[in-house]
Amino acid sequence: MTELNELTETKRLCDIAVGENAVVERLTIHGSMRRRMLDIGLCDGTVVECVGRSPMGDPSAYLIRGAVIAIRDCDSRCVIVRGI
Amino acid sequence: MGLTAKSTGSGVLSSDIHVEKGNPDDRVIVIAGNPNVGKSTVFNGLTGLHQHTGNWPGKTVSIAQGACKGREFSYVLVDVPGTYSLLAHSVEEEVARNFICFGKPDAAVVVCDATCLERSLNLALQVMEICPKTLICVNLLDEAKRKNIHIDLGKLEKCLGVPVVGTSAHKKSSLKKITDKLDELCGGKIIPEPRQLRYIKPIEQAVSIVEPIMKKHLGNVISARWLALRIIDNDSLLAEEIERFFGKNPNDISEVSETVESAKSLLAENGITSDCLKDRIVSCILLNAEEVCDECACCEGCRMAFSRADKILTSRAFGYPIMLLMLLMIFWITIVGANYPSELLSTALFWLGDRLSELITYLKAPEWLNGLLIDGAYRVLAWVVAVMLPPMAIFFPMFTLLEDLGYLPRVAYNLDKPFCKCKACGKQSLTMCIDTISL
Repeated sequence: MTELNELTETKRLCDIAVGENAVVERLTIHGSMRRRMLDIGLCDGTVVECVGRSPMGDPSAYLIRGAVIAIRDCDSRCVIVRGI
Repeated sequence: MGLTAKSTGSGVLSSDIHVEKGNPDDRVIVIAGNPNVGKSTVFNGLTGLHQHTGNWPGKTVSIAQGACKGREFSYVLVDVPGTYSLLAHSVEEEVARNFICFGKPDAAVVVCDATCLERSLNLALQVMEICPKTLICVNLLDEAKRKNIHIDLGKLEKCLGVPVVGTSAHKKSSLKKITDKLDELCGGKIIPEPRQLRYIKPIEQAVSIVEPIMKKHLGNVISARWLALRIIDNDSLLAEEIERFFGKNPNDISEVSETVESAKSLLAENGITSDCLKDRIVSCILLNAEEVCDECACCEGCRMAFSRADKILTSRAFGYPIMLLMLLMIFWITIVGANYPSELLSTALFWLGDRLSELITYLKAPEWLNGLLIDGAYRVLAWVVAVMLPPMAIFFPMFTLLEDLGYLPRVAYNLDKPFCKCKACGKQSLTMCIDTISL
């Protein structure tokens, strides 16, 4: 049942819990933020781990290709991921 | 270099960047790299004070040039802006790409971050695609070692097909390796065989259609393969540059535009529309970088990238208290600590002022001159120096220490949300700290 849920519901990068891993499926954002994301190596197939949240809960820290990068929820919402 | 007619006239808008060679035999080396990998440190270490900065013609992107001497050749190093890729997304990337491509550098040095090799290789592979004579400089090796990241430089060299040197930029001796390798590279002792970027099959097919046509019309001064892919990717900015460089626009050559069209339809048949072609190219390059990195770097420490200390420093419970305490402590040390040297300075400077005043009286200079120079100019300056210098001399080194410890980015991370609410961003909290001390 949970598997089915995962298939039907789109999961976003901002939804993954601290310590959880996910694989990027696609980016739904355009313009300069999309370029920025591609620059830091967020493209389809990239494995991302959420490593922490800031005290206010908004920017979260992600481990992307060996670097820890903070992304705001409004931006990470545009990254569609799937669980591993 | 002062303001000359050449540097300010209308010509600057149209001309290419001017590389100032001290000697016609000087080799031009372009230094590329991601932002914040110590590119400037390498550049400064190699050139010392023999450098000057100029603007890229028509763009507000500054380019530094400097001279340095190897054992065999003299070099002019050109420091292009730090970028993550060369796909000309931004002005910086465009400038970097144009110089590597059309500035006719004799060789390129790509400064890589050993702690984040994969991202650096992403750029390195792109530079190698344009400029085969590339030297990879893996910087920050000492820091990588601390983070338990091991990079097999020999393997990396074999994997990439171009020379690789490892450096720790603040150790000046390690920079000598760069000029030594450059000597070999420019003297033809090393013939690089750069690893070619492999794309997915449809893209490779499309490129293979266009490449020979590009070669036929534009020669192979600049890699025809690379040019072909850019033209298929609708890179109009590059087309303009090509027109300036070769005197003809590839899009105006009917044979080229026809083959490009057929290449595009071939891509479309395989489900790659022109919208997603760039994404595909980017992910292919990233995959290539990942492959090389997996082979040559092993990082037991990667899991530790976000350490336990980070967790505490940014935690809900301790994040803000620690931050406040830290900043209060720094302000306190600054304000209290600055009092003593301030007093000392003002006593010393005012004593000197009195002596100067006596000197002027002794020289029988008019009274108004004394008032103007000593009571006016000198005293104001002395006050400002006595009051402002000590706090700055204390605060900035401490702030730098925090920066070096890596605490400042954590502060920006902690404060991003509240600053966001004010339509600012977390980084601005740091500027505010600096402003506060200036008050």
